Amino acid sequence: MKLIIEQLLNGLTIGSFYSLIAMGYSMVYGVMKLINFAHGDFFTFGSYMGYTLLVMGITFITSTLGVWGGMIAAMLIAAISSGVLGLTVERIAYRPIYPAGRLPAVVSALGASIFIQNAIMIIWGPRPHAYTSDVIPGFILNIAGFRINILQIIILLLSFLLMGILYYIVQKTTFGAAIRASALDRETAALMGININLIIFFIFALGPALGGVAGVMVGMYYRKISFIMGWNFGLKAFTATILGGIGNIPGAMVGGLILGVLEMLGSTYLSTAYKDVFVFLVLILVLLFRPTGILGEKIAEKV
Amino acid sequence: MKLKNENSQVNRLSRKNNWFVILLILLFLLFPLVIKNDYFIDVAFFFGIYTLLGLSLNIVLGEVGLFDLGHMGFAAIGAYTTAILNTRFGIPVLILLPISAIAAAIFAYLVCSPIIHLKGDYLCIVTIGMGEIIRLTLLNNPFGLTGGPNGVFGICFPTVGSLMTIDNCPKFYYYIWIVVGLTVFALIRLQNSRIGRAWNYIREDVIAAEALGVDVRYYKLLAFVLGAALAGVAGNIYATKLMIVSPESFSFMESCLLFCIVLIGGMGSIPGVLIGAAAISLFPELFQTFAQYRMLFFGAVMIIMMMFRPGGVWPRQRGRILLKPVLMRAEKSEI
Amino acid sequence: MDVKNIKKDIMLETKRLTKRFGGLVAVNQFDLEVLKGKISSIIGPNGAGKTTVFNVITGIYHPDDGEYYFKGERLFGLKPHQILSKGIARTFQNIRLFPNMTCLENVMAGQHARGNSGMWQSIFRTPAQLNEEKRIMKIAEDRLEQVGLSCYKHELAKNIAYGNQRMLEIARALASEPGLLILDEPSSGLNDKETEDLMGFLDKLIRDDLTILLIEHDMNVVMGISDWVTVMDEGKKIAEGKPKEVYHNPVVIEAYLGKEEEEEN
Repeated sequence: MKLIIEQLLNGLTIGSFYSLIAMGYSMVYGVMKLINFAHGDFFTFGSYMGYTLLVMGITFITSTLGVWGGMIAAMLIAAISSGVLGLTVERIAYRPIYPAGRLPAVVSALGASIFIQNAIMIIWGPRPHAYTSDVIPGFILNIAGFRINILQIIILLLSFLLMGILYYIVQKTTFGAAIRASALDRETAALMGININLIIFFIFALGPALGGVAGVMVGMYYRKISFIMGWNFGLKAFTATILGGIGNIPGAMVGGLILGVLEMLGSTYLSTAYKDVFVFLVLILVLLFRPTGILGEKIAEKV
Repeated sequence: MKLKNENSQVNRLSRKNNWFVILLILLFLLFPLVIKNDYFIDVAFFFGIYTLLGLSLNIVLGEVGLFDLGHMGFAAIGAYTTAILNTRFGIPVLILLPISAIAAAIFAYLVCSPIIHLKGDYLCIVTIGMGEIIRLTLLNNPFGLTGGPNGVFGICFPTVGSLMTIDNCPKFYYYIWIVVGLTVFALIRLQNSRIGRAWNYIREDVIAAEALGVDVRYYKLLAFVLGAALAGVAGNIYATKLMIVSPESFSFMESCLLFCIVLIGGMGSIPGVLIGAAAISLFPELFQTFAQYRMLFFGAVMIIMMMFRPGGVWPRQRGRILLKPVLMRAEKSEI
Repeated sequence: MDVKNIKKDIMLETKRLTKRFGGLVAVNQFDLEVLKGKISSIIGPNGAGKTTVFNVITGIYHPDDGEYYFKGERLFGLKPHQILSKGIARTFQNIRLFPNMTCLENVMAGQHARGNSGMWQSIFRTPAQLNEEKRIMKIAEDRLEQVGLSCYKHELAKNIAYGNQRMLEIARALASEPGLLILDEPSSGLNDKETEDLMGFLDKLIRDDLTILLIEHDMNVVMGISDWVTVMDEGKKIAEGKPKEVYHNPVVIEAYLGKEEEEEN
């Protein structure tokens, strides 16, 4: 029982990372119909920027901000820099290629991904970096026999808060309705007076920013970051996006959390080595029975 | 009269094409004789492997338009079939060539049958999942068969009885390019046949294709099975060349690169695959001097290429060429 | 089998055909008979379920209830490609050509189901396969000639004019040598001259022993060439008869113009 609860908590934490990344994937996919392979690398970039701030500003943090303040500062920096990177990539690598259709954009996205990955490798070096323990906040709490790291709780609460805010924006506000309308039919939405450029700006700033925040969280949670980690997290987030129903933002949140929990359960009760095999098998099974994901709507093809 | 005019046009076109093809074949034949540097011959060998893999993915992605981002999984099946059967049971690798192809094809049939109806990106993620499942399973060394992350080593060279052993760089070079040549020959014939057209109909408009009598499910599966078989052949040759197979050769990244080969060249274009494979396999080698910057350039070049040639460098030409073989036969029979 | 089905002159028959989308009943207990060698039309206001009927008949949608027969043969549960092999070919309301293929290749698609050479025959180019290719090409060229598009045969389908695309789609359907040709609004988007030509063309087809079922909005076309008209509204058949009879039928006028009282509101 104790194990289950602990693993569930771990699963939810990992799942919330996936969710944060997946929401960016899903927003971009929804509006642009583009599988943004570079999205995982925005996440890595955010993680490295947060790391850099923490390492360079270590004295300032310990003397003035405190570790919690340092964490917030790192997340802000990560969000801003990833957002700027996202907008830059959109402007340079995607915008000129949209008119040519979806497939060339996929190649361009892969090119952008390889480019960013290698740029990070050149700037920070090929070896993994570690978030040192003196910049990581948190302490172990003992509650009724459970050993719980307070950092994990904070990470969970923060991600749920961010997800909640995004959910509110997308589902409850007029601007969110505009995003959803653009996701359904971009041309008609534009004809209805929706400013598509503003929406593209929003999704390419906010999506990567959420990824960047997740990057700092991952750095603090696992302590180790490497320039290739975006590839794996990106793949998982893409899986989560599809699992939830592609282009559906609440679906991406749910998909990410389910994926994280599945991964943890798989590694606890089946085998650590086969946990990813288990995750992908579940994904395939879900798609067999719900061909458009868990929350995806069944679309009858118009003939 | 009109037909004759057309024929002479076709002939002129095909003559020009023939010269080009002969020149290309000569170039490939003479390459190892002129350049006696094993390193360059090896680079050309891997260019051949990527071409074969690109051709195999081109059937699924280029001809039928199915997003397959786990294609390396099929190559892995072929490579590991060869590696395991050769090292455990000593079966000659040349005999394992068709067996690898069949193993990959059967695997593709079993895996793809239930998922073939999925659309676009959903099919894409399932193929990614399939590729990853294969790679992770190999990594985990099931039943002690695959050797985990180290892979399987000690695979023999291909031998033709006691007549010849393919054991050095030039021999391997000829081996792969002869296989590529035969594959190209077969694929061109398929492109200009009922099968190839049915594939293209599905890519262009699946509902119209269905309504016009194309058994969509059958042709999609055929593409996957044939593509997997060719990838299995590539896997076999790859394993015998390196004498070792390990899971990292079949990663998601490699599948993505194959995807790029097809798109850089132009969907469904065989010359395009050659160009795409050249770009992917030669580029990193040519820019060795830039050391760590070369992959940075590589990413940038991919973006720039798509800006200027979104349809690929050598998109498939449609038009009169299609009629060539049949028209010429028809002409002969009239005489 | 009851006697009616064996009767030679009924090409297509639907019985209580029903198709639902969620809560919406798009086609409701729909009965239809299409007589051999005639032009039958289905008319009705937008959203009446006409195209859905076509999609069910050609196997794109599965009916929820009801039966349908072609030349007395049950079609229920067949896939679109099987239905084409039986001899029903169709066109689409918003033209669905193969845009990046040549016109000739487009028309050759119709013959796909009539060929049977497989992968190995194609690779080794056996005499049988070659003959088949020649036959397919011959038929495709004839059909292009028939609709007057021979000059465009090597052009990509997406590059020819809209009116020509409509005719190309008909040629493609004809290339499958169908017994019944189903046309979904063939005159939409055509100018008067092209519509006139189309009517003449369809008339000629009928004389060549083809049966045609069409959905049409242009009343001139419907009244001009139909032998029999079925009127649909809200998924149901509300009237049928000779064009003249239907034209003056008060139920039909009501369906098109709405009830008087509704207008007052």
